[in-house]
Amino acid sequence: MKNKFLQALPTSSYLTLIYLFFYIPIVILIIYSFNEAQYSLLWHGFSWRWYQELFADTDLWIAVWHSLILGVFAASVAMCIGSLAAVSLYRYQFMGRQLLYGLIFILILSPDIVMAISLLILFSFLKIPLGFWSLLLAHITFCIPFVVVTVYSRMASFDEYIFEAAKDLGAKDTVIFSRIILPLLWPAMLAGWLLSFTLSLDDVIISYFVTGPGFEILPLKIYSMVRLGVKPEINALCTVTFVLTLVLVLISQLMLRKKP
Amino acid sequence: MRSDNGFKYFSLSVIWIWLTIFALLPFILVSIASFMNHDESHIIQLPFTLAHYGELNNTIYLKIFEKSFYLAGFCTLFCLILGYPFAYIIARMESSFKSLLILLIIIPFWTSSLIRTYSMITILKPKGIINSIMMWLGIVDKPLPLLFSDIAVVIGLIYNLLPFMVLPLLTNIERLDNRLIDAARDLGANRFTTFRRVIMPLTMPGILSGCILVFLPAMTIFYIPDLLGGSKSILLGNLIQNQFLVTENWPLGSAISVVFILLLALLLLIYWRSTRGKTQGELL
Repeated sequence: MKNKFLQALPTSSYLTLIYLFFYIPIVILIIYSFNEAQYSLLWHGFSWRWYQELFADTDLWIAVWHSLILGVFAASVAMCIGSLAAVSLYRYQFMGRQLLYGLIFILILSPDIVMAISLLILFSFLKIPLGFWSLLLAHITFCIPFVVVTVYSRMASFDEYIFEAAKDLGAKDTVIFSRIILPLLWPAMLAGWLLSFTLSLDDVIISYFVTGPGFEILPLKIYSMVRLGVKPEINALCTVTFVLTLVLVLISQLMLRKKP
Repeated sequence: MRSDNGFKYFSLSVIWIWLTIFALLPFILVSIASFMNHDESHIIQLPFTLAHYGELNNTIYLKIFEKSFYLAGFCTLFCLILGYPFAYIIARMESSFKSLLILLIIIPFWTSSLIRTYSMITILKPKGIINSIMMWLGIVDKPLPLLFSDIAVVIGLIYNLLPFMVLPLLTNIERLDNRLIDAARDLGANRFTTFRRVIMPLTMPGILSGCILVFLPAMTIFYIPDLLGGSKSILLGNLIQNQFLVTENWPLGSAISVVFILLLALLLLIYWRSTRGKTQGELL
């Protein structure tokens, strides 16, 4: 037993180190959001003070509200379009199938800034004013590929004969979709929705380019606060946002868990 | 049968129309914009010109390109060295902890990278944890200027992008056929040879997609150099952002982006060539 323990020691200490690297900064951030002291690293006692200051900030609440609306709309549209796309990519043979697959793949791989500047140029070309609508269209676009991938991989785990059987029994595609695919797929679709929502809530780069005056959203508000300087309220704000997205990610992962 | 096609055509046209308008058309517009003219009163105007590509041959821009390449390459290498053994250990684990451990990598993958970058500031600042510990241990007697340096940028990039290296590797290594490794060992290959001749070639798709997912964002996540780097830490992303939102020279910004997109295309080509015939989608 002891021998086995010694054997596993290097690998498990390596794993521990990497996980500490991942989580220590976040944990420290969370701890300091409750520190009474303004600048000191020393612990001056537990306090809700920064959270209270945060909740009193009306501008911030407006930004939060904007982000939530944007996230709900973007995630919902992306979920519908992405799920339909995933279902047809999986079920049908059609011209350009490889192309569509490749395009979605490229959209996931390509860095945000490419989409950011190209959408900025598109919106100015189409004369779409920068603000809610430009943000919404952009967020839907960067969420769609992630919904497609999430739903598609779930689809791939189904027994294909279900669809064959339904078809043989005379079910039309719309019926197959509403009676078989939807009931089986809704956890993956919901997971796609939640992941899109967190992506929308966290996106900085694309939003930074396509936002306009008069519609400030949370990630950009956090960014401008962080740029101005390190204040304890930011610790509190980041903690709240982190915990919120963490919960959403956990629910989405629960939805995606394969049933035994 | 005819009514069946209705559903198929509906869902396909929705996705195609969306991607054509919001992914293909914008890309074409960027390419066109990079050949357009620019002056004080118009962001973009005719006639066409090659001037902006000529402008890129300026030492300032070349230096930024070189530096971005260098820092992003360093960060990618580091993520690979740190991430590969990490992914390998977890992928080959047969423990009930495994799904929890994977979840702990997925969380930083999906949660806000801006917030994680900000948490890095609290670690690296003069009165932050690292300096305090080092002073307490007596390694240094005054705080090291960690924050606002290239080192901080690289640490921040690695911190943010390591999950993007680990996850593709993890999926790839999990799919590795154990029998191939056993066969190699039976045929007399030592650990190193087995790794070099069997494991590494088989996990190449994971290595490549991890490297793409780290290297390209490392050059372009502009808020990391902005928050962690000094005034000299300008990477490609900051340059593009500057051309679009500060000096409003869209054609020049587009030209820089087109060069960057060509780099992306080159990397994708390498990826596709090396994984031809195998399944795609090592991503998630």
